[in-house]
Amino acid sequence: MASKKTNQSKETEENSSSRRDFIKKSGLLTALAFTPPSLVMASENKWDEKIAEYLETVPLSIEVNGKKHNLNIEPRTTLLDLLREQLHLTGTKKGCDHGQCGACTVHVNGTRILSCLTLATMQQNAQVTTIEGLSKGKKLHPMQEAFIKHDGFQCGYCTPGQIMSGIACIKEGHANSREEIREYMSGNICRCGAYHNIVDAITEVKEGGMLS
Amino acid sequence: MKNFQIIKALSPNSAVSSINKENSAMFIAGGTNLVDLMKKNIAAPDKLVDITSLDLKKIEFLSGKVSIGALAKNSQVAEDKAIKEKHPLLALALAAGASQQIRHMATVGGNMLQRTRCSYFYNTDMPCNKRVPKSGCGAIGGSNRMSAIFGASESCIAVHPSDMCVALAALDATVLVEGPKGKRQIKFTDFHRLPGNTPEKDNTLLDKELITSIEIPDNNFNKNVHYLKVRDRTSYAFALVSVTAALDIQNNTISSARLAMGGVAHKPWRLTEAEEFLKGKTVSETTFRQAANLAMKGAKSYGDNDFKLTLGPNAIVEALTIASSK
Repeated sequence: MASKKTNQSKETEENSSSRRDFIKKSGLLTALAFTPPSLVMASENKWDEKIAEYLETVPLSIEVNGKKHNLNIEPRTTLLDLLREQLHLTGTKKGCDHGQCGACTVHVNGTRILSCLTLATMQQNAQVTTIEGLSKGKKLHPMQEAFIKHDGFQCGYCTPGQIMSGIACIKEGHANSREEIREYMSGNICRCGAYHNIVDAITEVKEGGMLS
Repeated sequence: MKNFQIIKALSPNSAVSSINKENSAMFIAGGTNLVDLMKKNIAAPDKLVDITSLDLKKIEFLSGKVSIGALAKNSQVAEDKAIKEKHPLLALALAAGASQQIRHMATVGGNMLQRTRCSYFYNTDMPCNKRVPKSGCGAIGGSNRMSAIFGASESCIAVHPSDMCVALAALDATVLVEGPKGKRQIKFTDFHRLPGNTPEKDNTLLDKELITSIEIPDNNFNKNVHYLKVRDRTSYAFALVSVTAALDIQNNTISSARLAMGGVAHKPWRLTEAEEFLKGKTVSETTFRQAANLAMKGAKSYGDNDFKLTLGPNAIVEALTIASSK
């Protein structure tokens, strides 16, 4: 059975320790403390057949923001968890995790989808764009600029999803009126209620022809 | 989520045979409902058969009908130019469902197979005969604002959540399926079923059968059509009540009509008696009101959803009025 070890850490960013890293590391230690000893033994190459099967991973090649990744993942890994937990691209947010809020919206092969309801293993060779992939160096994407200019957020949690969705909304040709923008942005919930300003931002980018 | 194996099917036949060997294997395409159910452990397959590589994505206009592949995306169908022209009702119903992100993911076949959104089905701490047979129905005597008013049973008062299916039921569509015993066709109105004593079964698909396409016969319903969806917010919510109305009007006389409701039953609810009544009548609000009263015969509410007995007929009149004035 699976002789491969889960090499999820292969892709770890080499940045200095931050608060987020500290939380992650201490979380891992806590998880280890609660791991049954048999499982720890199994991971030390004394594979028990059943546990090995449980831990089985599948290979995945995926391109995220122009960078190719060759990974081994559990089949149940969602694209959202892959981005956040394994590739450490935490810009994409986990809101409801059930396809009801839109915070996890990313582009897959140019189409906006919900990463929380997408199994990563079904995205073999896909090209994914997340909020981190929009800016060019220090130059923000026109939609990011417009959100800042029009104050299209308050707490900011839904913002990455709103921006990814807003760009797609224009590219799909569904930003021809305020009503149409509201309808085609309805999958992105903003609990702070910044909707009016979000529509302003999208309208400006659309009318300025900034995406063509 | 429980872990599982996943394999990619390369043909409908291999998809069916690979699922046939397993007890708890399921097909997966868009996954917008299944992945959600797996996260809640309501669906817990040991194996998934990924059917997204199958060549079932095409929309083809054939002689006398249109064929839509089971893997065509909801947004693809909703925005198809020819579908908008020839079957605008289907495009309207699809555009009223979910959000654009979900419509980009969800397939036509998956839309048909989505499970009810009854809160007792989703809440695993509650009884639900559909989720756990013989465990009881929490919605009867419980919170049942979204529940059915037609065709419910003592076991289940859940409704089918789809918008697309309401239009397909009205348009006399046919479902094409492939299974271990070969191919067969199911009338769309016979595809979903009423709960009876076995609400765990949503439809009449046999074990391991795969939907390959749907077909809609040509019709004259390309102008006077409307899909009215009444919901708690303007967009991105399931229907409290929806009505699909299609009229063929010649010189202010209705030569034929199609009417169906969503959000009111365990299946898309076709209103054939009201359709018959409308045939040959002149367009008027009185006629529409009479048709609506006919349509509501046999409706039964459960407390929180009493309002549907008033909302239902009003929505029918409104949908017919809008359709006739286009």
